[in-house]
Amino acid sequence: MKWEVVIGLETHAQLSTRSKIFSGAATAFGASPNAQACAVDIALPGVLPVLNRGAVERAIRFGLAVGARINRRSIFARKNYFYPDLPKGYQISQYEIPIIEGGGIDIVVDGGEKTVRLTRAHLEEDAGKSLHEDFHGATGIDLNRAGTPLLEIVTEPDMRSSAEAVAYAKALHALVRWIDICDGNMQEGSFRCDANVSVRPAGSDKLGTRAEIKNLNSFRFLERAIEFEVRRQIEVIEDGGAIVQETRLYDPDRDETRPMRSKEDAHDYRYFPDPDLLPLEVSERWIGEVRAAMPELPHARRERFVAQYALTPYDAAMLTGSREMADYFEQAAQGAAGTQTAKLCANWIVGSLSARLNESDLEIAASRVGPGALRGLVDRIADGTISGKIAKDVFDAMWAGEGDADQIIAAKGLRQISDSGEIEKIVDQVIAASPQQVADYRGGKQKAFNSLVGQAMKATRGKANPQQVNEILKRKLDG
Amino acid sequence: MYNATIKSLSGDLAARKFSSVELVEYFLKRINELGKKYNCFITLDEEKSLAQARAADALHATGRAQPLTGVPIAQKDIFCAKGWLTTCGSKMLSNFISPYDACVVERLNAAGAVTIGKTNMDEFAMGSSNETSHFGPVKNPWDITTVPGGSSGGSAAAVAARLVPAATGTDTGGSIRQPAALTGISGLKPTYGVVSRYGMIAFASSLDQGGPMARTAEDLGLMLNVMAGFDERDSTSLKREAEDYTRDLAQPVAGLRIGLPKEFFAEGVAPDVAKAVEEAVAQYKKLGCEVVEVTLPNMALSVPVYYVLAPAEASSNLSRFDGVRYGYRAPEYADLIDMYKKTRAQGFGAEVKRRILIGTYVLSHGYYDAYYIQAQKLRRLIARDFTEAFRKCDIIMGPTSPTTAFRLGEKAGDPVQMYLSDIFTIAVNLAGLPGMSIPCGFDGKGLPVGLQIIGDYFSEARMLNVAHQYQLATDWHMRMPPGILGEG
Repeated sequence: MKWEVVIGLETHAQLSTRSKIFSGAATAFGASPNAQACAVDIALPGVLPVLNRGAVERAIRFGLAVGARINRRSIFARKNYFYPDLPKGYQISQYEIPIIEGGGIDIVVDGGEKTVRLTRAHLEEDAGKSLHEDFHGATGIDLNRAGTPLLEIVTEPDMRSSAEAVAYAKALHALVRWIDICDGNMQEGSFRCDANVSVRPAGSDKLGTRAEIKNLNSFRFLERAIEFEVRRQIEVIEDGGAIVQETRLYDPDRDETRPMRSKEDAHDYRYFPDPDLLPLEVSERWIGEVRAAMPELPHARRERFVAQYALTPYDAAMLTGSREMADYFEQAAQGAAGTQTAKLCANWIVGSLSARLNESDLEIAASRVGPGALRGLVDRIADGTISGKIAKDVFDAMWAGEGDADQIIAAKGLRQISDSGEIEKIVDQVIAASPQQVADYRGGKQKAFNSLVGQAMKATRGKANPQQVNEILKRKLDG
Repeated sequence: MYNATIKSLSGDLAARKFSSVELVEYFLKRINELGKKYNCFITLDEEKSLAQARAADALHATGRAQPLTGVPIAQKDIFCAKGWLTTCGSKMLSNFISPYDACVVERLNAAGAVTIGKTNMDEFAMGSSNETSHFGPVKNPWDITTVPGGSSGGSAAAVAARLVPAATGTDTGGSIRQPAALTGISGLKPTYGVVSRYGMIAFASSLDQGGPMARTAEDLGLMLNVMAGFDERDSTSLKREAEDYTRDLAQPVAGLRIGLPKEFFAEGVAPDVAKAVEEAVAQYKKLGCEVVEVTLPNMALSVPVYYVLAPAEASSNLSRFDGVRYGYRAPEYADLIDMYKKTRAQGFGAEVKRRILIGTYVLSHGYYDAYYIQAQKLRRLIARDFTEAFRKCDIIMGPTSPTTAFRLGEKAGDPVQMYLSDIFTIAVNLAGLPGMSIPCGFDGKGLPVGLQIIGDYFSEARMLNVAHQYQLATDWHMRMPPGILGEG
């Protein structure tokens, strides 16, 4: 039987506020245990939550970015359960009425575009951490993370493969960083996904029973976990079994998912509106202010890059992968809209620069070659001072900190030879030295021509203008 | 001196007739002689109190004193006070020394008031008789075989026995007004949101409100002037201009329309109580007030509604008492779940457990709509009844409690009977309105009767005026229980 995979994702994005969602304690990562847990975070008797407007503002920003409805009135509820790293015995979250409903995120998989619909996004607080090592059989509790603001972003079951799920997660990851609401640091847990996975016979419109896989904190784990889970479910069903609704954990070491708890021991969270917090009212005016301060969104910027700089949709998409990269491109291509220079800037950023950044594990903002310097290099290519091939050497030297493009070209004598007299001389020498290739070419072997070009380029250590070499050689051989 | 009001003590301190240290020592001596008899204090800390008194004297010496500077007050043990044991009447917090001050404590400290001790109370404020305290029941100074009411029974008894001129209380369903009535003192529960709940250990967050307990309406006003005010640490605190709650005390009450809800005078009210309240109303008529009949048709539902909503909130509010971070932890346990179970089984008393069970039940899947949601709807209807009534009258009066003080143990085994003793006070909390109780006479056994005064939202100054004018015309509030003159 042919099976269809159905995936929905729930993503917890840690909002980049300096203080916690209901207290004034700091949210910085890596402090010593409990150094950032104040009276409210440790839930002393008598303390009360006060909502951080910065967290709300970030949620509004997200809502605007995904074209969602921003509820003018939403409610914080208590989700009640006992756990040592949950100090109040309940988590404050939004339940019946979240701040954000609807909206969508566009993804591209195998050249096809698709919109993943969002169900909702709601504000909530994170729990602390239980530390099971170094306590001689006891458990240590670190409440630094308790009360950290989270936006939980829930999709409709719209994804049909692990590739689509990863494309969505990557697009969402890029977006939350783009609009500056989350640092996206997956190692530190700032962006983590739960995947709801089910399978059904192809063509069926009834959803299969799903399993929820928790806490996938890398795109690779997300992909592997879904793939394992899909295989597992198909096997169970094809063997005549049935899928149980349950929560599973992905074990990256064994590359498999394992049951964590089943529906039978699911908690009754006894949600009810938190009487310590008034309904969250978001005024039209506040939304207007947030909208006015929004950066140009990736989608709009991508379209503008195509229109304004005459880039290919592919390059425009690559350059809008992050706001920093798009900014870098626009700085490099300043004043060059619609010209070859702009396209060259795009090629260099998507090509050599990105490769170098990857190798050195650097963000583009920390690039050793800045946008102005890159433009200096591109200008020398555009005006014919150096060839694209030589430019690669110049770029490497720039990356190594040897100076700007002009300095390196001058110091290394890399200026392109475009003097036709000089090139003619070299071509004559090559023809004289290679009678066999000349004869082969004249006998109809195109390959021999390329070899002769190569020899001419080699004789000038790559500095000859290759187009001119081509023309002159052709004229001399054919004429 | 023991029968002096804050008003007069404040004047004497300002005139340097005696120092705050002398005053505090005087009341500490009375507490040491009589406190045990009534069991109204959980914690005393003479050094801390005297240090505050010395600081108050320094303020008086430099002319920077405010009306409460140097005046001893008692704090209900539900208010966190830095460095003080803060138990909330529970074994669960029997070892909890608060590292911070509640807003109310902070404000009273800043005004120069001297904390003379922390008063006994029903465990986590759950009770109407002060019998649920882990630290033993409080005795009513008017008759130590009777209860002082609850949950602010320790504060009420301390003020009634003249062990302190005033105290703080909290009122979730009547916990200031009912003990005030049963001990013959005055108490005010302000409009919800007027006094910050920050640092006040939560019972039912949407109903809890702190307020003053004293002997006169005037003293309540002086206390409220300090206790009230916006606090950004409490999201339900209301942002309003500061007001002087004593500003209208001297206004005449002639022309005031008093609404008497017929439901307050129905069956179940003890005849002596009804009689005293009717006489108080007659007194108001003499002062030129008009009386109109009003109706609160949904009032009968207030007890069941309250006993869904308050336990629901409490079941969640009390989840933090899990033995993990502070407070009581069972000495022996097998694993985490066992630690939770034993800690909470041993740390909470029977009434608290009963309410946690009720609250957990009504919030459970499948019952939430039938109980919690339904109760919230009725809560709105109850509030609307008052809004309707206030179209016809300026103030509502009736008995605070259907009976006078009952005997210790009399209702302890019958929670429903106990819950019904708050039948006239609970609706006020559900509506978020201000309510107060002032003494208005005695029953045949010489036990005090309380007159409940309910005002519209934010009408505290007017209510205090109404009470004050009554207290100018009567002396019920100055009557003292027998046997409180322990000193020579």
